[in-house]
Amino acid sequence: MAEGGQLADHRNGRDVILRLRGVRTQFGDHVIHDHLDFDMFRGEVVGLVGGSGTGKSVLLRTIIGLNPARRGEIEILGTNTRHLRGKAEHALHAHMGVQFQDGALFSSLTVAENIMVPIREHAGLEEEAMRCIAALKIALVGLPPDSGEKRPSELSGGMRKRASLARALALDPELLFLDEPTAGLDPIGAAHYDELVRELQQSLGLTVLMVTHDLDSLYAVCDRIAVLLDKRVVAGTMDELLAYDHPWVQEYFHGPRGRAAATGQERKAASNGK
Amino acid sequence: MVSTPIFKYVEQGGTPVLQASGNWTVFSIRGLRRRRRLNRDRPPVRQEPRLIDITGVERLDTAGVLELLQLAGGGRDTPVRAREQGQADLFRVVQSHNVQTPSEPHVNWISNWLAEVGHSLVDIYLQIIALCDFFGEILVVTAGALAQPKRFRPSAIVRQMYEVWIAALAIVGVLCFLIGVVIAYQGVQQLRQFGAETFTVEAVGVGIFRELGVLLTAIIVAGRSGSAFTAQIGTMQVNQEVDAMRTIGLNPIEWLVLPRILALLLSMPLLVFWGNMAGLLGGAVACTIYLDFTFVQFFARLRDTVGIWNFYTGMIKAPVFGMIIAAIGCFEGLQVRGSAESVGQLTTRSVVESIFCVIVLDAVFSIIFLLAGV
Repeated sequence: MAEGGQLADHRNGRDVILRLRGVRTQFGDHVIHDHLDFDMFRGEVVGLVGGSGTGKSVLLRTIIGLNPARRGEIEILGTNTRHLRGKAEHALHAHMGVQFQDGALFSSLTVAENIMVPIREHAGLEEEAMRCIAALKIALVGLPPDSGEKRPSELSGGMRKRASLARALALDPELLFLDEPTAGLDPIGAAHYDELVRELQQSLGLTVLMVTHDLDSLYAVCDRIAVLLDKRVVAGTMDELLAYDHPWVQEYFHGPRGRAAATGQERKAASNGK
Repeated sequence: MVSTPIFKYVEQGGTPVLQASGNWTVFSIRGLRRRRRLNRDRPPVRQEPRLIDITGVERLDTAGVLELLQLAGGGRDTPVRAREQGQADLFRVVQSHNVQTPSEPHVNWISNWLAEVGHSLVDIYLQIIALCDFFGEILVVTAGALAQPKRFRPSAIVRQMYEVWIAALAIVGVLCFLIGVVIAYQGVQQLRQFGAETFTVEAVGVGIFRELGVLLTAIIVAGRSGSAFTAQIGTMQVNQEVDAMRTIGLNPIEWLVLPRILALLLSMPLLVFWGNMAGLLGGAVACTIYLDFTFVQFFARLRDTVGIWNFYTGMIKAPVFGMIIAAIGCFEGLQVRGSAESVGQLTTRSVVESIFCVIVLDAVFSIIFLLAGV
């Protein structure tokens, strides 16, 4: 196995955006991750999968800094987060965007105001400029223009996810974290969302880590997949993981749903090729 | 370091061009618009630029693109000349998501204020209707339960009684005791001017029995139990637990509301009695300190001069107040819709409304007792 939990080295000379080494998280005596290594490179989309209770969300929260690691080093954009305090920590937040599972939009603000919160905090632009940016982000994530003046409680679940993505993109962050972005969306909405993420990732040059259980998303969007196995991460391309000999991985990708997603992807590729 | 965004309008082969260089990111464009507005008197362009040249731009993001498009006069399809393909793509993405600059919402504060007053009046009206509706539903469910007494669910009632009665004994006791001390002290101070300080006993007895014991207890209960009812039921409402109950065929009024109302209906008189005793004790302690009374003298005088109906009037009010507090608490809990935010709002509202109702009812009771001559 190559460095950083990879099955084969996929760095290809790219910058390391995220680097985890020997990370250990635990709640009480319950160890969730141990000796966990994981790397992400600039401009790639990585899907994080794992069985229930393997700590996907905990890993995400640990990387973001909401849940301190007991041991190990976490480097984001070349900065070690362990002893990061005050201004340096604040500045790092400007380069990360997080879309939480249920949106986590501020319920007392409108959608446009939600998007303006990070801009106001980190860039301090004029009101008019911020309104323009908010309107653009709302259009980018595919929400109707009038949703900017709405409260989060007036939006449907899928729209809240998009609004939350718009807020995460407010500052054009280099690193974007998505927590189950397509959970609870209908298949058409989920497919559109996948395309949206791909399109935004390419045009804005984002690096994306998404926790997902949606096998179609994994096939459609992700360059690499990170699997949480035995408290550690094994990361590789879809082909590498399909060949990886581990009962959970085999069942996950070769089970009925995994096969269905794979054939769906082949069919799509074939129709595009014509 | 962040290099500042620079732009100028030039002509290249007869075409007006907007030439930009430096960093055009959300962090570097601060103040650009303000500076432009200050220079408004000097017209920077004679003609709208036909081309945006960003070959000199080092870093670019969507905010920077928006700014450049604005400088180019808002032309959404102005072609762009870029050094890097990525920057050209970024331009294309932003331009394709055609954004109208949203205008600042116009605010007219007079009509806003009038609308707000109107809305709150309608809200109050609807609230009263809904509350009457709710009381009716409680009565119907209670009548149904009376026909089948096992539907009263004694275990739930007992559990609620523990929360609203036993757990509240300490705070009600302490506060009523302190109020007893305060009234006795004030009574001694004022009545001593007429040499009538022994009447302090009547002041304490009548004051605590008729009004203060029951009012103070009701306010404490509204603050700790009424609000808890709203928060509990409201949280269940947010988690769709109440909807789940309905689909299983359980009536939330019977399962959630009735046990709480009955628990408070039974607990309130017990709490008020306890509060009255604590208040009297406080008065007695104060009298032994300020009047050289003994406990025996205090209670003997109380027995001789304060009629038993003073005690009854307070106790009659207790279950009514308890019921109204529980009903409003549960009602507001069931009003919760959607977000966790509304749980907080409605909890506040439930406390305010129940204290309001308690004081209004207290005034009504005063009139009734006056007419009844007790």
